[in-house]
Amino acid sequence: MARMKFLCDAERCIECNGCVTACKQENEVPWGVNRRRVVTINDGVIGAEKSISVACMHCSDAPCMAVCPVDCFYRTDEGVVLHDKDLCIGCGYCFYACPFGAPQFPQAGAFGLRGKMDKCTFCAGGPEKDLSREEFVKYGSNRLAQGKLPACAEMCSTKALLGGDGDVIADIYRQRVLKRGKGSEVWGWGTAYGRPDNPQARPAPGTKS
Amino acid sequence: MRRVLRAAAALAAVSLAAAGLAGCGEREQVVVYKQGKYQGKPDTKPWSNAPGAALYTPEKWTQGDEKSWENSLKARNMTQNEYTRAE
Repeated sequence: MARMKFLCDAERCIECNGCVTACKQENEVPWGVNRRRVVTINDGVIGAEKSISVACMHCSDAPCMAVCPVDCFYRTDEGVVLHDKDLCIGCGYCFYACPFGAPQFPQAGAFGLRGKMDKCTFCAGGPEKDLSREEFVKYGSNRLAQGKLPACAEMCSTKALLGGDGDVIADIYRQRVLKRGKGSEVWGWGTAYGRPDNPQARPAPGTKS
Repeated sequence: MRRVLRAAAALAAVSLAAAGLAGCGEREQVVVYKQGKYQGKPDTKPWSNAPGAALYTPEKWTQGDEKSWENSLKARNMTQNEYTRAE
């Protein structure tokens, strides 16, 4: 069974924000909501600057799901974490629980009133009729139902952002690392998908996971 | 005759009162939550759609067949690997 994951290659990301734009355009995300964003560390430091594209990682054991007081989250068969906006009360618990800052809240009125939570859907829509107007308005595009992959990953100019079946993208990344001989660290995978049970499979001490 | 009219009036009054009171009845408007269980609407599977359900659907799979949908998606996934194209 396919298990959908995102993988961002920090060696390749050039901070072009193509993924951010693709997401905004594909899902018609409203002003003030960023389902995906690019984070840069050591900005301007030669040799040490790294950029990474961050959105909902669709965690194996999603903290947002665990803390939601109205249980509006569910996980699809393909491992995509989605939520029902009809149930969401906009409390913001998921925002505090998420290690990636994925949940976003549109301003719904005066005095900072929060609307219902919005986040990356892995371009899988939500609990409305597939490819319907209602689904698009509430959750955005459903590319998986069209046999496509998330727009951000498919739009990435350097193929830094990989999205799709975890086994396939891990194979692509492995081949890439073997070719270039460096940059095997996969940012966020340990947090999102857990560490391997086999201690032998862990990265060498001192390396990032 | 008067007794019948009185009984009918009483019956009408009781019926009216019952109908009026029914209007005061409150329907449950809050979802009853089951802790730890998803409470929302059910979602459909992506492979339950026909490949041509949307415009510009390039991939082909058999409607309702999860495995064929996964295979078509994996084939599309491989386009993210430029090494397979360059060599």
